[in-house]
Amino acid sequence: MSEATKSNLLQGVTGDWEVVVGMEIHAQVQSKAKLFSGASTEFGAEPNANVSLVDAAMPGMLPVINAYCVEQAVRTGLGLKAQINLRSIFDRKNYFYPDLPQGYQISQFKDPIVGEGEVIVDMPDGTSFTVGIERLHLEQDAGKSIHDLHPSKSYVDLNRSGIALMEIVSKPDIRSSEQAAAYLRKVRAIVRYLGTCDGNMEQGSMRADVNVSVRRPGDPLGTRCEMKNINSMRFVQQAIDYEAMRQIEIIEAGGTINQETRLFDSRNGETRTMRSKEEAHDYRYFPDPDLLPLEFDQAWVDEIASGLPELPDDKKARFIADMGLSPYDASVLVSDKSRAEFFEAVAEGRDAKLAANWVTGEFFGALNKNGTAIEDSPISAAQLGALVDLISDDTISGKIAKQVFEIMFETGEEPAKIVEDKGLKQVTDTGAIEAAVDEIIAANPDKVAEYKEKPKMFGWFVGQVMKVTQGKANPKAVNDILKAKLDG
Amino acid sequence: MSVDTETVRRIAHLARIAVKEEALEPMTGELNTILDWVEQLGEVNTEGVEPMTRVVDTQLRWRQDEVTDGGYPERVTKNAPDGDDGFFTVPKVVE
Amino acid sequence: MTELTKLTMAEARDGLKAKEFTSVELTQAHVEAIESARALNCFVTETAERALEQAKQSDERLQSGQAGPMEGLPVAIKDLFCTEGVQTTASSHILEGFVPQYESTVSANLWRDGAVMLGKTNLDEFAMGSSNETSFFGNVVNPYRRPGDETPLVPGGSSGGSSAAVAARLALGATGTDTGGSIRQPASFTGIVGIKPTYGRCSRWGIVAFASSLDQAGPMTRTVRDAAIMLGSMAGFDPKDSTCVDRPVPNYEASLTGDVRGLKIGVPKEYRLDGMPGEIEALWQKGINWLKAAGAEIVDVSLPHTKYALPAYYIVAPAEASSNLARYDGVKYGLREEGTDIADMYEKTRAAGFGAEVQRRVMIGTYVLSAGYYDAYYLKAQKVRSLIAGDFKKVFETVDAILTPTAPSAAFGAGEKSDDPLSMYLNDVFTVTGNLAGLPGISVPAGVDGQGLPLGLQVVGKPFDEEMVLKIADVIESAADPIAAPQEWWKA
Repeated sequence: MSEATKSNLLQGVTGDWEVVVGMEIHAQVQSKAKLFSGASTEFGAEPNANVSLVDAAMPGMLPVINAYCVEQAVRTGLGLKAQINLRSIFDRKNYFYPDLPQGYQISQFKDPIVGEGEVIVDMPDGTSFTVGIERLHLEQDAGKSIHDLHPSKSYVDLNRSGIALMEIVSKPDIRSSEQAAAYLRKVRAIVRYLGTCDGNMEQGSMRADVNVSVRRPGDPLGTRCEMKNINSMRFVQQAIDYEAMRQIEIIEAGGTINQETRLFDSRNGETRTMRSKEEAHDYRYFPDPDLLPLEFDQAWVDEIASGLPELPDDKKARFIADMGLSPYDASVLVSDKSRAEFFEAVAEGRDAKLAANWVTGEFFGALNKNGTAIEDSPISAAQLGALVDLISDDTISGKIAKQVFEIMFETGEEPAKIVEDKGLKQVTDTGAIEAAVDEIIAANPDKVAEYKEKPKMFGWFVGQVMKVTQGKANPKAVNDILKAKLDG
Repeated sequence: MSVDTETVRRIAHLARIAVKEEALEPMTGELNTILDWVEQLGEVNTEGVEPMTRVVDTQLRWRQDEVTDGGYPERVTKNAPDGDDGFFTVPKVVE
Repeated sequence: MTELTKLTMAEARDGLKAKEFTSVELTQAHVEAIESARALNCFVTETAERALEQAKQSDERLQSGQAGPMEGLPVAIKDLFCTEGVQTTASSHILEGFVPQYESTVSANLWRDGAVMLGKTNLDEFAMGSSNETSFFGNVVNPYRRPGDETPLVPGGSSGGSSAAVAARLALGATGTDTGGSIRQPASFTGIVGIKPTYGRCSRWGIVAFASSLDQAGPMTRTVRDAAIMLGSMAGFDPKDSTCVDRPVPNYEASLTGDVRGLKIGVPKEYRLDGMPGEIEALWQKGINWLKAAGAEIVDVSLPHTKYALPAYYIVAPAEASSNLARYDGVKYGLREEGTDIADMYEKTRAAGFGAEVQRRVMIGTYVLSAGYYDAYYLKAQKVRSLIAGDFKKVFETVDAILTPTAPSAAFGAGEKSDDPLSMYLNDVFTVTGNLAGLPGISVPAGVDGQGLPLGLQVVGKPFDEEMVLKIADVIESAADPIAAPQEWWKA
C-alpha cells in the first residue's frame, strides 16, 4: 500500500478502516431543447411553462430524440476516454413519483451509449489517481416536487421533466471524501471544457449520487449505502465523512450495514434513511417500444472527436512541456476552463512563468478573497497582461506591481495609467540611485561601521534606499551600487 | 412458476392498484391461469435468437435541437384534478 | 333522408361531388340515425353540433372546388384517438372528463382531408378486450342478431363501437385501432371491412397507447373501396412518432384492379385449428376457391410458430400496457381518489379508475417485467416474436399474400365468455400474428354462419404492401354474396 493510500485510512476504535466510494454524476446536457421533446431547457421559467404535452405525459404522446443531445453524450464519452457504443438501447425505468409524469423514466440500462473509460484526478498535494468510468448513459430528468409551499400538499413543476441527463457512473475507485470532491471537480472541468454541461451545481444541472462503504484494508467490499442528489462539493465531502464514520461505528459495535438509500441533510451534515425509498425497488426495465435502437457510425464519432477542444490533461501537459510551468501551477490553471483561458490570454506572447505566478498568485488570491467569479473579474486578461509587461520591461518592480494590481482590482483602471498617475515608475537612473546611496552612507557612519562587522546590515541599507525612492528604485541597481560603495 | 397471494399483493403495490383482501385469492387464481398458459413458450427453442427490437425495418429518426414546443402552462394543467398557482398538487410527499 | 345512410363512402363522395346532396344533409341523416340507435351504445360522446358545423364548411369547400379527398364524409372516431376539445376516455373511468388540448395525427389527417366527425365510439377499456364488454360506459350491442332471438350479441372488440356504428349505418366509416385484432375481429363480427395497416404506416401520436409495439390505427368501413379511401387519408409520415415510417402514401383505390391473376396466395396449415367450427373451415375453402377462380395460385405454406403467437402476445402486450398505463396516476388529468398519502392516492385512484380486465393485464404485465422474471417471460416472448416474424419473412419469399379466417367464430352472446379470460383471448388467434410481425392485415366479409351471422376472411400482406391486401380483399368481396344490412330492430 502506498503512503498516499495509507493516509486515507480512517481510525476506528478497533483499527484502521478504508472508505470506498463510487459516484453517479448526473450532468444536464447543454442543449436548447429537451431530450425527447421540443420544449425549452431554460432554467427559472414560470411553473410548467417549459413543458410540452410530451413532457406532461399526456395520453398518446411520443418521444422523438434530440440529435444534439446524442452528440453531446458522445462528446462527453470521448472526453472521458471511454468506449463509444455505436448501438445503444433506451429502456423504461418504471416507478411512481409525482414528478415523473410518465410513470417511467426513459433511460439506458443494459446497452448504454458510452462504456468504460477513465479520469485522471489531481490532488492538491500534487499526487494523482485514476478513477475508472463504468459507463455513461442518456436519460430524462424528472420534474421538481416542492414540499414546503403547503402544509399538506406537494407542488409539482415539470419544467425540468425531460431535460437530457448524462449519468456518469464511476467504478468504486475513490478512497476518501477529498478524492471524491476532486473527482467531481475534474469531471465538472471536463464537461465544461467540452461544453456539454454547464456544471452549475447550485441550479442542479450537476448532482451526484454517492455510494459509500467501508472495509478493513485488503478486505472485500462492504455493504454500501447510497446518498442521492447531493448538489455541492462540500456536501459530497460532508456526506462521505459522516456516512463512513456512521458505518464504522455500527460495525465496530457489532452491527451490520443495511444496503439502503439515505438522504443527506445539509442543515446538520448528517445522513438518514429516506422514508419514500424504504421499499425495495423493482424498476422493471424493458426497451422503450416507442423508440428504436440508437445507432450511428464510427465516422460520425470520429468527426466529433476531431472537433474536441483541448482537455485539461492535455493542456496541463502542454503548460508543463511548452511553457515551463510547474506541475502544480499547471494543474491549478487547467482545473477550470475559464481559468485556463484567462491564463492563456495573459501568457500570450509573454513570460509564461511570470504570467502563471501572477494569475495563480495575486489574481486568484484576490478573486477568492472577494468571492468573485472569474467571469466577473474587474481585471481583464489583457489588463493583467499589460501589468506583466510593465514588470518585464522594468517599468515597475514586482513589489510596486502588487500595489498597482490592488488598485486595478479596485478600480478596473489600466496599469499604465495607474503607474503614470501615481508616479510609480521604477527609477533605473543610476545617478539618482547613487545620489541616494551617497546620502544615506554619509548620514549613517555608525551603520556603515556596523556593516563592516555584520554584512547582514546590507538589507538595512537597501530598505533605506527604497524608502527614499518610495520603492521605485530598481532593486538590482540598488544592490549593485550599494555593494560597490560599501565594500569599495 | 405460479404466484401466491403474497406475490400478488406485492405486484399490486408495484402497479399501485389497491386490491381488497378478499379479492387477492381470486385474482391469484386468474393470474395463475394466464401464467400457466403463457408458459408454453418454454417449449420453444430460442437459443441464439435475438429478441425483437424493431417491428419494421427502419432507423431511429433524430430531430434538431430547436425549441419548438412548450410555453403553454395553462394547456398543460388544464385537466389537472388538483392544482395551485400553475403547479400540479398532490398529497404531501415525505422524503 | 335515411337513404343517405345506406350509401357507401365512395358513393357518398361521388354524390357530394355531383351535388346530388349536401354534406349537411348527409351528416344530418347520420346524426338522426345515431340518435335513433342509442340502444346499441355505439358512442361514448356524440358530437352532432360539431359535425353539422364541419359539414357546413365542407359544403362551402365543395362549392368552391377546394374539396379534400374525404370532403363532407361523416365518420366516427374510436374514443382512443385524442380529439382537441372533445372528451376522450379510452372507455375508462380513469379518463372520464379528460378533454385533450391536442388532436391525434390520424384524426387531424381526416379533418385535413375534409371528413366530418360524428362522435367518439365506445370500445373495450383501453382497447383491452374482444367483445366491447370491458367498457366503463357499458357494452356495445351488435346490430346483427340470431334469427328469432333477441339475445344481444357482442360487436367484437376492442373497436366494437366503431364496428357496430358502421354496420348499423350510423357512420360511413370509423377509425379503429388494432393491437391483437381489434379492428379485424370486430369487422368480422359485424360484416364490415377493417384493415390494420403495417406497423408504422399510420402515426400513433395522440392515440391513447395500449401496447406501443403492436398498436396500429386503421379504417373500418362497409366496403374495401371505402377502406382504401379512408386509409389514404389516415396514413402518412409523422415526425412526432419515432416508429412511423417516412414513405409516400400510394393511391390505394388505384390498387383495386380486380386482377389477381398469377398472384401466389399462401394458406398456412397451422391455422387449421383443432375444433375449428366447420363453417369457418368451409368459408376459408370458399375464399381459396374464389381466388383460384380469379386466377391466383394457392400455395400451402407453413408458419411453424403460430401456436406460440397468442401466449407471446399475452406477455408483450400486458408488459407494455403496464408501463403505458402508469401515467394514469391522478396527478395530471383524469380521475383522482383522495388518499391518506401519495401512495394511497395512487392505489385508490387506479383501483377505482381501472376495470377488472385492465387491472388484470396491468398486473400480468407488472409481474412479467419484475425482477427475476424478465428473461423467462418478456425476453422469451420477444425472441418468440422474432421467430414468428421470421416465419412470415420466409413465407413471403414465395407468396404475395396469405389467406386465413379472421376469427375462430361468429359474434357470440354478451356474457358468454366474459368470465373466462383465456377463451376470450382466443378470439385473436388468427389476427395477433400480424401485430407481432407488424404486417398489414384486412378482414373482409365473406359469408355468414348457420345463423346468418357475418364471418370474415383475413388477407395478410408483406410490410407496406397494403395495396396487395386491398386488391385481394376486393376480389373476395366481389366474389362473395353481399351480407345483408342488419334489421334496424333498435329503432324503437
